[in-house]
Amino acid sequence: MAEKTYLQAISDGLRGEMRRDKRVFVIGEDVGVYGGAFKVTQGFQEEFGPWRVIDAPLAETAIVGGCTGAAIMGMRPVAEMQFADFVSCAWDHLVTVAAKQRYRAGTPVPIVVRCPSGGGFSGGPFHSQNPESSFAHIPGLKVVCPATPEDAKGLLVSAIEDPNPVLYFEHKHLYRRIKADVPDERYTTPFGEARVHREGDDITLVTWGAMVYTASEAANQVAEEDGTSVEILDLRTIIPWDRKAVLESVEKTSKVIVLHEDTHTGGFGGEIAATIAEESFEHLDAPVKRITAPDAPVPFAPTLEKAFIPQVDDVVAGIKELAAY
Amino acid sequence: MAIAREAEPVGSLTEVREFGLDREDLLGIYRHLLTTRGIEERGHILYKQGKIPGSFYTGRGNEAAAVGVATAMGPDDVGTPLHRDMGVHVVRGVEPWRIFAQFMGRMDGPTKGRDGNVHMADDRLGLIAMVSHLPAMLPVAVGCALAFRIREEKRVALGWFGEGASARGDTHESMNLAGVRRLPVVFICDNNQWAYSTPTHLEYAVEHIADRAKAYGFEGVVVDGTDILAVHREAKKAIEKAREGGGPTLIECLTLRMEGHAVHDDAFYVPKEMFEEWAKRDPLERFRTWLRENAEFTDEQEDEIRAEVKKLLNDAIKRAEESEIPDASTLLDGVFATPEDLDTPHHK
Repeated sequence: MAEKTYLQAISDGLRGEMRRDKRVFVIGEDVGVYGGAFKVTQGFQEEFGPWRVIDAPLAETAIVGGCTGAAIMGMRPVAEMQFADFVSCAWDHLVTVAAKQRYRAGTPVPIVVRCPSGGGFSGGPFHSQNPESSFAHIPGLKVVCPATPEDAKGLLVSAIEDPNPVLYFEHKHLYRRIKADVPDERYTTPFGEARVHREGDDITLVTWGAMVYTASEAANQVAEEDGTSVEILDLRTIIPWDRKAVLESVEKTSKVIVLHEDTHTGGFGGEIAATIAEESFEHLDAPVKRITAPDAPVPFAPTLEKAFIPQVDDVVAGIKELAAY
Repeated sequence: MAIAREAEPVGSLTEVREFGLDREDLLGIYRHLLTTRGIEERGHILYKQGKIPGSFYTGRGNEAAAVGVATAMGPDDVGTPLHRDMGVHVVRGVEPWRIFAQFMGRMDGPTKGRDGNVHMADDRLGLIAMVSHLPAMLPVAVGCALAFRIREEKRVALGWFGEGASARGDTHESMNLAGVRRLPVVFICDNNQWAYSTPTHLEYAVEHIADRAKAYGFEGVVVDGTDILAVHREAKKAIEKAREGGGPTLIECLTLRMEGHAVHDDAFYVPKEMFEEWAKRDPLERFRTWLRENAEFTDEQEDEIRAEVKKLLNDAIKRAEESEIPDASTLLDGVFATPEDLDTPHHK
């Protein structure tokens, strides 16, 4: 066990799988000589050579489509999108071929697409997005959003093991900011099991990715100011998502907030809220509350971006409003 | 002025023997051609009888291009054939009764009723099922070749596309990546001159699609797609070159789509003279004549092969009609793969 950044945990998880299983290879833009735009694959090409750490042309369709072909031939490809935003260029391939090949043709497609996502550092409209809900809507794809270094490693190992296409959203704002103990040995973190980030009795707050930390700060603040006890559930994976854990927590607290950095309409929070309404209506003491980014592109200027991404103050206000309901 | 090499027609039996086909192989090829056309003709009848749901596509005019390439593939090679390439499935050994079951949406079709028409493949035979979005399978073929290159296996991937699909970015990205990495892949363009109703001059502005190969750093070849022996020779050359580390080739097989885009389409937009001209170059008739003139192909032999194919298709339709209809309760089976699904030869 050693303290590692979120980024080191991803890097270690990937390196470990590449050492263990020669079917695993990495392909993406600038992943080889440069070590990746965020240095997740730094030193990989020296260790594994240019045919397992492949610098690709600027061509996301060919990168991800190529991974599908290689996977069908028995490899375990891990593609890196330089930014999650660029996965839009591979969207057609993912939803048209990769997602449907098992269902219609019986051919499993075990690929992982790593997508550095999220904002908070003036990346602007094309280096800040959280497109997880778009993929959550496509049957056949799995969607993973780790928040902690330990989960980042364990979920990546699970994603590589999984026989399906997995979108792995790693939040850029957590890369070097978040440090925690990470087991040295190999382990997997199961898909579809939420993690209780903080136990509480009054309000359930369901979230994932970088918003786990925003929620945590807000929960500390309301605990101090009002004595409100917030339970934070970190979903960890969006597809599959842990309905059971969410519904059990709702049964306990009777009030629930869903928080995400993605935009509002069609965001995955809507699915969670609808499920709670369908399954747990009689346990609710207040309407389900969503705190999300507004329906706008991610803006560049720090003032605008701060107004766009849910902040601790926004979550505190939401908790107080719901507590008073 | 063409940039791509324009392949010569094939002459004598001696020349054919030089690229590795003996007389038995030639008769086998004729059988594959008849089977391919027979499956589609019989399928069309079944469609009109209401026994096939959805829509129905044929590859009439493209049989030689498909069979010619597929017979040049090695047993461990793989490919992503499209909707005009029934002949590839036939050559690789997909049994006709399973193809009819696929048309009818039955459990014994390769997709078990999950997908229709030629959207099928048997991955145990080295084929990967196409999707409607053309040319979405080219990056997949390139990825297969990438796996072979990483593992240093002497295998080749074949990726099919049409002249319509050549207009999309997937084609460019695939060829560029394959060229940059000199991957063991052969691109086959079925240029049947009509993308639904769109003629070639509205799809591309070069003389030949194969001219583009030079821009990706590899060879382009244009071949008469109705000349099965020329197609076979060029495919064989390209596949073996790729196998030996010589990188990709783009082969453009020039044909005419002799029917509509699908059977609902009467192709009124194709000039009548064009159909008449290309009808004279019917790939089956052309090969039959060649066999008679060069390989002592007799009436008795032909009758024998025709009778054999007729029986094969009759039995196939009967067996397909007996195949189970998918039960609605299985609707959600297989949306996600399970670890057991990876228990295939590819994933060992």
